[in-house]
Amino acid sequence: MGTSLIDLEHLSKSFDGEIVLDDLNLSIKENSFVTLLGPSGCGKTTTLRIIGGFEQADSGRVIFDGKDISNIPPNKRNLNTVFQKYALFPHMSIAENIAFGLKIKNKPKAYIDDKIKYALKLVNLDGFEKRSINSLSGGQQQRIAIARAIVNEPKVLLLDEPLGALDLKLRQDMQYELIRLKNELGITFIYVTHDQEEALTMSDTIVVMNQGYIQQMGTPEQIYNEPENAFVADFIGESNIIGGTMVQDKLVDIFGAKFACVDEGFGTNKPVDVVIRPEDIDLVEPEKGTLVGRVTHLIFKGVHYEMEVTTPNGYEWLVHSTDMFPVGKEVGISVDPFDIQIMNKPESEDEEAVGVNE
Amino acid sequence: MIFSKIRRVLGDIYLVFVLIFLYAPIATLVILSFNTSKSRNRWGGFTFDWYGELFKSATIMSAFRNTLVIAFLSALIATLIGTVAAIGINNMRKIPKTVVMAVNNIPMLNADIVTGISLMLGFIAFGISLGFKTILISHITFNIPYVLLSVMPKLKQTERVTYEAALDLGATPLTAFFRVVFPDIFPGVISGFLLAFTMSLDDFIITHFTKGAGINTISTLVYSEVRRGIKPSLYALSTIIFGTVLILLIVSNIAQNKINKRR
Repeated sequence: MGTSLIDLEHLSKSFDGEIVLDDLNLSIKENSFVTLLGPSGCGKTTTLRIIGGFEQADSGRVIFDGKDISNIPPNKRNLNTVFQKYALFPHMSIAENIAFGLKIKNKPKAYIDDKIKYALKLVNLDGFEKRSINSLSGGQQQRIAIARAIVNEPKVLLLDEPLGALDLKLRQDMQYELIRLKNELGITFIYVTHDQEEALTMSDTIVVMNQGYIQQMGTPEQIYNEPENAFVADFIGESNIIGGTMVQDKLVDIFGAKFACVDEGFGTNKPVDVVIRPEDIDLVEPEKGTLVGRVTHLIFKGVHYEMEVTTPNGYEWLVHSTDMFPVGKEVGISVDPFDIQIMNKPESEDEEAVGVNE
Repeated sequence: MIFSKIRRVLGDIYLVFVLIFLYAPIATLVILSFNTSKSRNRWGGFTFDWYGELFKSATIMSAFRNTLVIAFLSALIATLIGTVAAIGINNMRKIPKTVVMAVNNIPMLNADIVTGISLMLGFIAFGISLGFKTILISHITFNIPYVLLSVMPKLKQTERVTYEAALDLGATPLTAFFRVVFPDIFPGVISGFLLAFTMSLDDFIITHFTKGAGINTISTLVYSEVRRGIKPSLYALSTIIFGTVLILLIVSNIAQNKINKRR
């Protein structure tokens, strides 16, 4: 994938005694689309602000292109930010907004005009030069903010929840737009969001964060299909997280029933967490199922039915299926071996935050 | 139908009365300033004589000059100090900020006579002879809170993130301030300046205590003249002051409207 462009080394940061980042290490490859994903307060925005230079880490270093930039002010860093609230300059026209960075660098006027045209074309707003900021919709404002950042030809574009203020339809359009931009520009995107769907759609690499720690880092498929701990499994999509026992390699016991799986190396008779996605559960005739339960809830969701199947021990399984089973019907639960994901059980809350499988 | 019509007419009449009560005294003053007769209750014909006399009087003209110079200088300096202070205060943490803003409000609520006397005592205690400079210093002092008060809300509206965006695009902190933050708070700075200017123009009590002998502003001059009997040229002077304030008000309103429309 290329060499690493940004290295975060042992970053720690606390605000008023509250730890936001704790010894964070992260390596970001050139030309990748990396998403920092996590709930609010997980430290993702702080990490981005430290890379941008708006916050100083209490300890640790930021290496950019082989140089330590930890103490370099934001205006001397070769990267640009797209802020959540757009942060456009209200008293300037759109052209003046986009030209801001170039004028500071004393670029010739013809070059600046060319760049403005090019950037507006890139974000599909040709001919908007003279318009005022307030005549634009939220989505258009965000496009201008992106245009204003990319005309400076940064090596890295930092995006801080840029689609957070937009409505759903616009957000989906802008996701495709961003992917297209990224491919056309060939620069590194570091993207911060709390929206897991956004992260799964756009990124090459997702970094799941919680309480200042990296929980898991990987491709969207890895994060979704092979979550390393209960936090990741729970945060990314919906899932059934069940306490089980690893009987031996490739065999796990859930509520007294033996399920075949593909995981190994957990030892014998070891307590584990089992993750099963709702869409991976097959509902079959009771006699064909590994476990038997009764449908207790049924909601039509459009693409699929959402059902709750309660097994005799009281656990409610969340099931997504295109086949409908009426409430009260007895069904069998069957899961393909490769759809079962086994995780170590965290032994303490601290360990849970760190992620024991690192 | 008929009731709502009556109600509207009554409302209009009420408004007319309010305006008459507010402006009748000023109108009287303006009319008297053009009255040939010195009498206050007889119209002797229209004249500009009192205005002519006004401009011929060296004491009135020097008081007029003093007033304008002090108002302009004190407003300008107070605007500079107040704007810089507002930026500093705005970046404080919440508790110190609240404390400082409360302290800022005290001089405005304080009785002018207390401010005037304490300033005078202060100048004397530090051996500063009373005169033009002490009036100027006093006016700057009581003007700063007004500037702060009109700049602060604009600063609060200006989001820190636009300043950060300017830094992000390569601007130094100073450039970022002048290119991005200052244009945003400019209306507040201007209204602070105008407020300070009118406050200084208006002031009598504090000037009275801090001016020392041999120097007068219009208000202190009027005060000393009144004791010798009012001359019609003072009506003319008052009319000019009223006209100036009125024009200032109209100009600042039009300017505000233009700025709001552009947004």
